[in-house]
Amino acid sequence: MATTIVMPQLSPTMEEGVLLKWTKKVGDKINPGDVIAEVETDKANMDFTLEDEGTLLELLVKEGDTVKLGAPVAILGEPGEVAATATPGVRLPLPLAGEGRGEGGAPTEIKPEVTTKIERTTAQAEDTGRVRSSPLARKIAAERGVDLRSVAGSGPGGRIVQRDVVSVPLGSRRDNSADAVKEVSVAVPVAAQPSPLPSPASGRGGEGDQKIPLSLMRKTIARRLVEAKTTIPHFYLTMEADAEPLWAFHRQIKAATDEKITLNDLCIKALAVALARVPAANSSWSADGLLRYGRVDIGVAVSVEDGLITPVVRNAHLKSIGAIARETRDLVVRARARKLKPEEFSGGTFSISNMGMYGVREFSAIINPPEAGILAIGAIDKRATVITDGASETIAIRRRMNLTLSCDHRVIDGALGAELLREIVRVIEKPIGMVL
Amino acid sequence: MTLRQAQGGSGDKYDLAVIGSGPGGYVAAIRGAQLGMKVAVIERAELGGICGNWGCIPTKALLRSAEVLDQLHHLDELGLRADNIGFDFARVIARSRAVAAQQAKGIAFLFKKNKIDHLAGTARLAPPRTLLVDGKEVAAKRVVIATGARPKGLPGISHDGDRVLSYREAMILPERPASLVIIGAGAIGVEFAYFYAALGTKVVIVEALPRLLPVEDEEVSEALTRSFVKRGIEVITGFGVERIDTSPSGVEVIIARQGADRRTLAADRALLAVGVRGNVEDLGLEAIGVKLERGFIVADRTHYRTSVDGIHAIGDVIGPPLLAHKASAEAIACVERIAGVKDVHAVDYTTIPGCTYCRPEVASVGLTERQARESGREVKVGRFPWRASGKARTAGETEGFVKVILDAKHGELLGAHLIGGAATELIGELGLARSGELTADEILGTVHAHPTFAEAIKSAVEDAYGEAIDQ
Repeated sequence: MATTIVMPQLSPTMEEGVLLKWTKKVGDKINPGDVIAEVETDKANMDFTLEDEGTLLELLVKEGDTVKLGAPVAILGEPGEVAATATPGVRLPLPLAGEGRGEGGAPTEIKPEVTTKIERTTAQAEDTGRVRSSPLARKIAAERGVDLRSVAGSGPGGRIVQRDVVSVPLGSRRDNSADAVKEVSVAVPVAAQPSPLPSPASGRGGEGDQKIPLSLMRKTIARRLVEAKTTIPHFYLTMEADAEPLWAFHRQIKAATDEKITLNDLCIKALAVALARVPAANSSWSADGLLRYGRVDIGVAVSVEDGLITPVVRNAHLKSIGAIARETRDLVVRARARKLKPEEFSGGTFSISNMGMYGVREFSAIINPPEAGILAIGAIDKRATVITDGASETIAIRRRMNLTLSCDHRVIDGALGAELLREIVRVIEKPIGMVL
Repeated sequence: MTLRQAQGGSGDKYDLAVIGSGPGGYVAAIRGAQLGMKVAVIERAELGGICGNWGCIPTKALLRSAEVLDQLHHLDELGLRADNIGFDFARVIARSRAVAAQQAKGIAFLFKKNKIDHLAGTARLAPPRTLLVDGKEVAAKRVVIATGARPKGLPGISHDGDRVLSYREAMILPERPASLVIIGAGAIGVEFAYFYAALGTKVVIVEALPRLLPVEDEEVSEALTRSFVKRGIEVITGFGVERIDTSPSGVEVIIARQGADRRTLAADRALLAVGVRGNVEDLGLEAIGVKLERGFIVADRTHYRTSVDGIHAIGDVIGPPLLAHKASAEAIACVERIAGVKDVHAVDYTTIPGCTYCRPEVASVGLTERQARESGREVKVGRFPWRASGKARTAGETEGFVKVILDAKHGELLGAHLIGGAATELIGELGLARSGELTADEILGTVHAHPTFAEAIKSAVEDAYGEAIDQ
């Protein structure tokens, strides 16, 4: 009996995947655990492993095709069994509701001719592909940028109705706090925030304008950031730190070891140490209570081609600077190769974003839900500084840096935010604290 | 929590005992039986409750007679002629009773078919949680109270069943009154006003609020008033009743506007139709701790649980809207929850239609224009008068209009108000649109047959967008 293989969920936020490469071909014998394809998800390129046994009878999508979660990709069966004899007429997931009506409103990438060759997919395909929703719910969802696929329907037969959509925060997906803790996070400067408003891309472009298709990562970034910026009451605190001690400390380390340790690694450590000292700030909001973390896992914003990702350095407050440096380097390399595993870019408790290397003096970053804060590191540069020594004040040239903390006001009040930021500055100005 | 097993009772243990067999009770019983429960219905009077015996059904039978008579009087408009047009009041009443009796028989048949025990008698609850029928214990796991409501009086004024009638007496009068004062212009009041006026009774209808059918859209009230006045019904609004003096030959109803402008209305009889109250007395509710509020049983609107475990309540006895179909909808939801059915359709109280069967008929669902505007939304209002409808003109029914109230942003159908035409039948399409969360686009995208009354719905929506074709 032939069975249909569908696109699995390979990342926690994945809604569709690009089938990059088939690693098995029609006729190949498949054993449980075999990788049959490589799939690009919104976060990383993943191996598509089968836990079934059989022979690949048919590949239903071409390399490069975008396939929705739960949509059929291949047929597995007994050798010699003819796939085409499988029961015809099974419904494929319909074009998703909310993706527009009328012309151009059916952006399904699945080739219609495969429908007659599929069987046993109805239930699963419907579960994952088709969204039942009322016309009113679709209109409101479109207006608010709510992805209906992430909304639980409370209407007849699980149909999504108005109340389900209006209860979702603007531009976000539904998630409860438990799920939210597992959510994958991305962080970027405010300037990169995509507009939730109807974009000019939907209109006619001028001469020389070019429409760039949205990558899976770009879509995820857009959705996550809109959610974060519209649902989290952000506020921002900036302090200027004396960077001379950190600069000197970094030079000392460089002189002492061949290992490549960056200023960024030191900032990660400084943030982790400060968070360990101000544990109240290392928390997450949830409707039924604040979750105060017992661990300090720092998400490090990493820019990659066409986007960014936030791999997590676990228990950074307990790790040596060398360990943090090695781990971060490895995560960055693999993030840029899109080889991170989902657990490596989810579950941080606080994040850091550094734009110092671009010469940015100061910026405000967007928080990664469900975290309650993110530290934005500006460039270290020389500034004219007033040095107070007893009664005498002189102007000196010193290395300084601006640190901006973005806080979720539901979790961190001004005083607590200031306490954390002061602690960070203290560690940076007395970096010996990082190794004690 | 279950009700206590009877000690030495009949031995029959019911999964569900329903008190009352109106549109709440009988529907609850049948749904329970369909879901595999052993069900008993306790009814002290006729099966079918007020709806089947003294409300919806017999009054519609009366109104049908009135309506046909009305049409006969206008035959010349259709080029027809008839002589000796008249009626036999006793037979009009008798037909109405026969239709009601049929309804009760129908329910008895349905009970039999569904193996539901009909326990004729009066139910009473006793502590701790015992159900008694005429004093005898009946063991049941759950009880659903569906005892309905009955007419209420005014302070110092009550029905006497002879000169001051309730709807109950008004539908079985031995002879047609020559004149009638109707107090209260809700659905019952205006239906009797139309009925008796059509039979030639001089009718005065008095409403304390400023308009007929005060719960309906203001434009509907205005249109109905115009129509009633044209028919010779005297409409007095904004007047309260101070006193009713009765004599063997008639009544004098003394009305006043806020204590001033006192007037006396003399008539053969008065019909007091100022609302109803829940049937909550003599059920032992207080004794077992079922909470009441403003004369109705307190029950949640999901499981219809009262304050006592295992005792549920539905329909009129838990409060407004006091409508048969609301009771039936609650019955289904309540019993399905009791049975643990998955995905129970909760009753959506914003999609319950209201119908009044006078001529012109009135039907509505959702918000009135005023309510919609007061909700702070930006609204679009569309109207389509029946005189612009081809079908209505062919039928000679050009009174009234269809009015729709849409949310300006999404085209959500917030409310619909119909008067005239086939209002009470057409409201179904609008209720479906509301409950299915269809928007103006779906109504406009639905090809409506021509010529029909129904196409006026689409025309009204077109009008809201300034795109009306036929207007």
